[in-house]
Amino acid sequence: MSTTLDDNTIETTTPAWLAELQAAALKDYENTPAPTRRDEAWRYSDLSALNLDAFVEAKPVESEGRLINSSRGVEQTAAKLVFGNNALLHADTASLPAGVVVAPLDVAARDHAEIFRRYFMAQPVELGSHKYAALHKARVTGGTFIYVPANVEVALPIEVFHWVEGENASVFPHTLIICGENSKVTVLDYFQSSDNQRAFACGVNDLHLERGAKLNYVAVQNWSPTSLAFHINSTIVARDATSSALSLNFGGGFVRGESLSRLDGEGSRSEMLSINPLDGTRIVDQRTLQDHAAPGAASDLLYLNALDNASRSIFAGLIKVEEGAHRTDAYQKVRNLILSNESEANSMPGLEILADDVRCTHGATSGEINEDELFYMQARGIRKEDGRRLIVNGFFQSLLERLESAPLREYLGRKVTERLGLPVQ
Amino acid sequence: MSTDTKPDIAIDRSVGDFSYDVNYEYDAGTGLSDKTIDYIADVKNDPEWIREFRHEAYRKFLEKPMPTNWASKDLDNIIFNNIRYYLSQGTQPKRSWDDVPDEMKQTFERLGIPEQERKFLAGVEAQFDSEAAYSNIKAAVGEQGVIFVGSTEGLHKHPEIFRKWFGKVIPTGDNKFSALNSAVFSGGSFIYVPPGVKVKHPLQAYFRINAESFGQFERTLIIADEGSEVMYMEGCTAPKFETSTLHSAVVELVAMKGAKIQYVTVQNWSPNVFNLVTKRGLAHEEAEIKWIDCNIGSRLTMKYPGVVMKGRKARGEVISIALASDGQHQDTGAKMIHAADETTSNIVSKSISVGTGRATYRGLVHVPKHLKGCKNNTECDALLINSHSRTDTYPSITVRGQGNSCQHEASVSQISEEQIFYMQQRGISEGAAMSLAVNGFVNDLVQQFPMEYSVELKRLIDLEMEGSVG
Repeated sequence: MSTTLDDNTIETTTPAWLAELQAAALKDYENTPAPTRRDEAWRYSDLSALNLDAFVEAKPVESEGRLINSSRGVEQTAAKLVFGNNALLHADTASLPAGVVVAPLDVAARDHAEIFRRYFMAQPVELGSHKYAALHKARVTGGTFIYVPANVEVALPIEVFHWVEGENASVFPHTLIICGENSKVTVLDYFQSSDNQRAFACGVNDLHLERGAKLNYVAVQNWSPTSLAFHINSTIVARDATSSALSLNFGGGFVRGESLSRLDGEGSRSEMLSINPLDGTRIVDQRTLQDHAAPGAASDLLYLNALDNASRSIFAGLIKVEEGAHRTDAYQKVRNLILSNESEANSMPGLEILADDVRCTHGATSGEINEDELFYMQARGIRKEDGRRLIVNGFFQSLLERLESAPLREYLGRKVTERLGLPVQ
Repeated sequence: MSTDTKPDIAIDRSVGDFSYDVNYEYDAGTGLSDKTIDYIADVKNDPEWIREFRHEAYRKFLEKPMPTNWASKDLDNIIFNNIRYYLSQGTQPKRSWDDVPDEMKQTFERLGIPEQERKFLAGVEAQFDSEAAYSNIKAAVGEQGVIFVGSTEGLHKHPEIFRKWFGKVIPTGDNKFSALNSAVFSGGSFIYVPPGVKVKHPLQAYFRINAESFGQFERTLIIADEGSEVMYMEGCTAPKFETSTLHSAVVELVAMKGAKIQYVTVQNWSPNVFNLVTKRGLAHEEAEIKWIDCNIGSRLTMKYPGVVMKGRKARGEVISIALASDGQHQDTGAKMIHAADETTSNIVSKSISVGTGRATYRGLVHVPKHLKGCKNNTECDALLINSHSRTDTYPSITVRGQGNSCQHEASVSQISEEQIFYMQQRGISEGAAMSLAVNGFVNDLVQQFPMEYSVELKRLIDLEMEGSVG
């Protein structure tokens, strides 16, 4: 890591306890060795992609107005925040129900210190990127704190845009969501490059669901195709709460995604979904853990990769059923659709079961497009290339069927269709 | 089902749990050094290239780390310097049971080997600690040109075939334990089946550990020439000692064009044995290699039979049954390396974890670039009997390029209360019902074993159900 990034100073308004936390995190980052080839958590990965030397601290964005105007998501939102190179550019929180907090991190650390301290990066990072999570913790300035009090339902989605701009700029987007008992909220995070420059994004999102809460979380990632990105997630689901998290990896050159769902209470549910259209020489390296710590919980994971050109996917998932977590129902599936001769799919779907009376299944499939389907479409005048895209689109759209909200399903469906270069109706 | 009412399952290991005092003529002592290796090479009258091969392997063994970054930490409990690496009463196996020394003969009599030979085997080799005590092949099979001897005899009498393939399927440095085996190997079988010869009855080897703190390192090489067919079966037992025993074999199979090899293992080591075995086959064009692997015994087994499908339309298969009882860890699986077009592989694994037992499936499927029409199917099912039982599945599947398909499915379940209840309703005791359900779980795989072995297997998996019936 170059000195320019190390010089990143902690703002003077930062509370002392946070400054201390960040200083300790920097030491942790420096003292933690980089991953090696013998590390199971980095098997099949590209360790050479992890060189951070070239990256520098991001300067304030030049095109503030353009970025705010380009931050367009769903039609109506309950709140909308726009960050550019770690700084807040725009915030509209006027339509939020009473008691709901949507604030940038620095404001939340000051105004909601008690809750903030209890939840901010409270989960250990277990899936390999401890070092990079420590870097994030040391460097994070921009990000969102969302708190929904008990029994409050936020009907419209909350949207947050994270932009990066400039050559080798580094950003550390953070999203911390705390859903109080029986609350309900939908949050969309957008990660985007303002230009075609290579950037470094090291993001963390922590989702906490208290008893009976319901959270829909969507991350739409569209960094430039040469960027290096970490997206480290942990989701803690309490009794009878339901989390549904979907990531759409549209961009990035090397994207490391880590998702941990801890089922902490009886009757908790977690759905983990991912859509990965891969092309060029892009690599998406995803590690997941469905950690069943309580009995009678359910988790369901479905990751879809479509691999074109010389792209690569790595999926390593683990269902872990801890001692005593009886009546667990866990499902895990990764499907690779291989579209070219140069692409490669690595799948490591794992199970570790320490309780009986469980139902756990996992599956991994790798295959190609069915020639008969292509032929059928060609016979109806659809060009082969278009036919291929239509099939890939259908492959991804089938996953979106799982989303409960019809408007969200249609909106994300259009996004996927657009990403594949197909006309959107 | 609540934990309290679960019946216990006990496996009858008494059959193999006995040992004799034997005065070994050759004993390499305890611990491993270049001197130990020279001692073994001297006793076995090794040719110079083998002696060098051993020393080179020993260096690799010292260099290689323990695989504890991914494997069980229990491996750290192996103290290489407390093990005896070579024990024998001479290197020449007997051709008749009458010539086999009494204590060894009694051992194999008690294990029923001579009786099985008379009944259904084409040839038998019986290894006692480091060397084969008995080796014989039926005259009719020998007359077809089939060679079935110990590895030492194969090396001395058939060097032209032996040297061509020895160490070619599993390189010395493949892993720490293959390096160890290459340094101190003794015993095991050498088999050559000439082109077109189909050996009707199975060839069998029986591996017996008698001495305490002993390490058995047999080395088996089977070559099935074009269009030939052979089935090889191995069994093994050891008495139960307080100290740990190491069994680390290397088995290499070569199936030439259109040949078929079936390799059947029923592993029933006593629960003080570390069983760390490297097994791999090389399948040429249209050849077929099938590993049928059953692991019931040992303290820790790490074994992932593999097939490298080198020729077009080659086929690899692994059928695996693992039973992990109290204190046991069965870490088994399969490796399928597709290296030619239209190669197909199939892995079916079933494991049962009982008490504090742990069963692990570890698999590797690799389909490299520019291959067409490769297919893999993997199915892993695990059955958990008690609330402290554990099971893990760690597959790894790499597919490069279009035109291939791989699918992996795994499931973990327990015996359903309804099943047991249903049977109890019909007057079957809870214990017997559990036994039936477990047998039902593995039955389709047990049927893949040769008939005589499936009977043996049923007896081994004869789960004695006791315990409170609610």
